[in-house]
Amino acid sequence: MTEDASILSCAQFQAQLPELIGSGENIAIHPHILGCQRCSALLADLETIAAAARQLFPIVEPPDELWNHIESAIKLEQDSLNRG
Amino acid sequence: MTHSRFPAQLPDPAPQTPEADMRSTAGESSVRPDNPPPASVAQSQRLDSIESDALARAQAGDHQAFSELYSLHKRRIYSLCLRMVGNTAEAEDLTQEAFLQLYRKIATFRGDSAFSTWLHRLAINVVLMQLRKKGLAVISLDEAMEPAQEERAGRSFGAPDITLAGAIDRMALERAVENLPAGYRLIFVLHDIEGFEHNEIASMLDCSIGNSKSQLHKARLKLRDALRIYPQQEGQR
Repeated sequence: MTEDASILSCAQFQAQLPELIGSGENIAIHPHILGCQRCSALLADLETIAAAARQLFPIVEPPDELWNHIESAIKLEQDSLNRG
Repeated sequence: MTHSRFPAQLPDPAPQTPEADMRSTAGESSVRPDNPPPASVAQSQRLDSIESDALARAQAGDHQAFSELYSLHKRRIYSLCLRMVGNTAEAEDLTQEAFLQLYRKIATFRGDSAFSTWLHRLAINVVLMQLRKKGLAVISLDEAMEPAQEERAGRSFGAPDITLAGAIDRMALERAVENLPAGYRLIFVLHDIEGFEHNEIASMLDCSIGNSKSQLHKARLKLRDALRIYPQQEGQR
């Protein structure tokens, strides 16, 4: 980073935020965050949303009969190809 | 901003250069079947091995092996479909179509990318085609990269007293996710719900890693706006 992170404006900091978040760095100790309540609150909200997504939307199981439907569709397709 | 342009259907996922293989990236899990996150490297390797074995047999026409691949990946594919379309009946149809596509194309998988990434790409195409058929307002990935008018104007998000208060109601989040434009929703589902890394998403969607990060960020900002109980405030430091 070439700019002094402590004197970034909010707009400048927020423009860098996607990359900073995606980098896996600990942004909580970023100089701008340490001095800016607004961006600190923003970051907390984004982290809350990301955490909530995992907690509130578990990976779900499809119904058992779905495999039967898929098998039937495959068989139909094969039969159709065989008839040719 | 209109969202009439549909995310272009992605090209078939089969041909990829060895350079596009993201599996060697540090910290990335290439194969992530439906099971919960692996507790150990050994367990992860065992799952990889089970998948590789089933894949090789399925490519040789072994129907039982295909059902094993289905078992390994059905939850994540179904969950992706469900989060993208919002109802179970449609999600089942889309999951079925995705696995039918897999059955038709499995012989063309060359192993240049992780199988899970390749399969998700198939499924994403199926989902996007369905959204297109329904004529839903969807946003293209290219469009999603373009900042909206208000963002170009230098909008600053949030103020010290405007926060989500640390708790989010499931229904509210569900609604907010459903209301995201499809391009944003897709990235959010893939990253924040399904747990894919940006390099995997970039490979699935034929976009750059930077685009994936940027689009995810915009999706979260839109969700934040939708979830905030306080009125938006503009401000610059």
